[in-house]
Amino acid sequence: MSSTELGLPALPAKPYPPEVAQRLAADAAELIARYPHSRSALLPLLHLVQAEEGYVSSTGIRFCAEQLDLTTAEVTAVATFYTMYRRRPAGEHHVGVCTNTLCAVLGGDQIFDELKQHLEIENNRTTEDGAISIERIECNAACDYAPVVMVNWEFFDNQTPESARELVDRLRAGEEVRPTRGAKLCSFKETSRILAGFADPREGAVDESGAGGAPSLAGLRLAKGEALPGTPGAKVVSPRHEGTEA
Amino acid sequence: MTSAEPAEKLLSPVLSASWDDHRPWTLDTYRRHGGYDGLRAALAMAPDEVIALVKDSGLRGRGGAGFPTGMKWQFIPQNDGKPHYLVVNADESEPGTCKDIPLLFANPHSLIEGMAIASYAIRCNHAFIYLRGEVVPVLRRLQAAVAEAYEAGFLGKDALGEGVDLDITVHAGAGAYICGEETALLDSLEGRRGQPRLRPPFPAIAGLYACPTVVNNVESIASVPPILARGKDWFKSLGTEKSPGFTLYSLSGHVTNPGQYEAPLGITLRQLLEITGGVRSGHRLKFWTPGGSSTPMFTDQHLDVPLDYEGVGAAGSMLGTKALQVFDETTCVVRAVTRWTEFYAHESCGKCTPCREGTYWLVQLLKRIEAGQGVPGDLEKLLDIADNINGKSFCALGDGAASPIVSSLEHFRAEYEQHINEHRCPFDPAASTVWADRASVHESATEREVHA
Repeated sequence: MSSTELGLPALPAKPYPPEVAQRLAADAAELIARYPHSRSALLPLLHLVQAEEGYVSSTGIRFCAEQLDLTTAEVTAVATFYTMYRRRPAGEHHVGVCTNTLCAVLGGDQIFDELKQHLEIENNRTTEDGAISIERIECNAACDYAPVVMVNWEFFDNQTPESARELVDRLRAGEEVRPTRGAKLCSFKETSRILAGFADPREGAVDESGAGGAPSLAGLRLAKGEALPGTPGAKVVSPRHEGTEA
Repeated sequence: MTSAEPAEKLLSPVLSASWDDHRPWTLDTYRRHGGYDGLRAALAMAPDEVIALVKDSGLRGRGGAGFPTGMKWQFIPQNDGKPHYLVVNADESEPGTCKDIPLLFANPHSLIEGMAIASYAIRCNHAFIYLRGEVVPVLRRLQAAVAEAYEAGFLGKDALGEGVDLDITVHAGAGAYICGEETALLDSLEGRRGQPRLRPPFPAIAGLYACPTVVNNVESIASVPPILARGKDWFKSLGTEKSPGFTLYSLSGHVTNPGQYEAPLGITLRQLLEITGGVRSGHRLKFWTPGGSSTPMFTDQHLDVPLDYEGVGAAGSMLGTKALQVFDETTCVVRAVTRWTEFYAHESCGKCTPCREGTYWLVQLLKRIEAGQGVPGDLEKLLDIADNINGKSFCALGDGAASPIVSSLEHFRAEYEQHINEHRCPFDPAASTVWADRASVHESATEREVHA
């Protein structure tokens, strides 16, 4: 698990090539300007370098340190604290399966086990073709859609082992995949750029997938006199009885 | 209990009222539903009057602790010559909690309007939204909504009156439950490891950049505009005397219809289950949490506990985030608690010893009990370690870690003992899955939801 390597101390990280450094420095300046104190931009900058390389490399850490006038040790301390910053390259698509209690009990454990077998990789590893990395994730605030799978941090709600296998197969085949909540998938790197604080450049991405699925609207519909599935006079169908929308 | 009430009377959609309209995340739709009327009302008042109104409304924090929102605002020293900051805690990560994320996805403007009102009241010119990073669809809509609000003049130069600017920065976190703790959140927002700070000084005195800061939960702030628009008396007409208003109850787990149910404070789980189709067909309730995994669990003995701050407190738990996670009789309580404990161990920031070491020890013990390798004395040891974490840790994460262990041992000690005595787990995890009973589910139910 640990990426720590014993032996000789690491050599100082190489800088980005000049054209990359120049482009990223312009982005960094824009992010830093949003805060009263520059150091507040460190988390966004770490997302930014992750958007460049698919993980936070020693080069990325050096870049962040230089922009903010910090030491690489200070930046490393922060980068290693947060689970979203990867220490080895993520796949083109990063798949997270919620295995916190509620999702796990409702089937997340089985989904994760079957995905590992299907992809023949362990937790936090990437397939040999670089297409998919998988990770056990903690509660992602979508318990009313359990079991939940995230791809590049977009929601794939109400999953089953079959739907999750089909999902990764389609991702590997390069097919267009849409989440239940969120926009058509872009790559993990492109997603990281949004996380850094730059708006999704794709026209209409904000509007994709509506206001939420049936669970988000269940209370409102009930309050308006509609009946819920499984109750007398049902008009809407429970998401748990639908096929996957992936 | 008046559990025979029809659903329409038990529910009170306010925050969720516009969610089924066309593109409710846009400014146009929000304004059609009276959006930014609350801000207009606030700007016609003096800032201190706004604070007094919110205080008098009785609004209490919806993020877990239940601290009166108006009082938090009042603690900000005025005329101190320092910048004041408003920081919205959108780091929703407590297991079971899933209210702020759907709210922000469906209607981010309700938060932005509330932030403008709160900023005006506490004299803040730069506010922040600290959103957990793992929810890109929500981040996208927040970024777009903030841009829309700037364009419409609700943010930016002179937004809060002549010479009174307001900027909002949307900030994405990077995966750390502890950043939901307000002082850890502030450290994280300052670009550091998210570790809690010693209090006092409280954030109201020395918060972000050591300046006076209000940290409020998303739902608390989003509840402010309707109070300004419709008045405190209307707000107090909902809910109970000490817990006035409406709130989002998030029902999840082994239920027929999981989802968001907005109701006046004080509804019971029995009422909610009755109007929503109950526990999943053919099963019965075993245990549930009133407000996330950190709140001591309840059983079927607690179905009639009023879900407000006082009612849940009197029954020995906490209202928390109103995350009603329901588990039926197929669920192994030892497995559930073990997984929650692994979560706390994973998310412990490492700053204080009781939490860092204690959660790790608890996981070792629980895992061996769950695997049927527990030995006599393990349960006493569990309680002893939990007692050494609870109340003795630096922040509430440690207390939260002890809650499921202590409460589950109180209600289900025999089940733990069974694991130890029989050297095995008596449950089949397959029976708890959503698809366990699916073979018998009517296959015609494939109609898809059509979203706005």
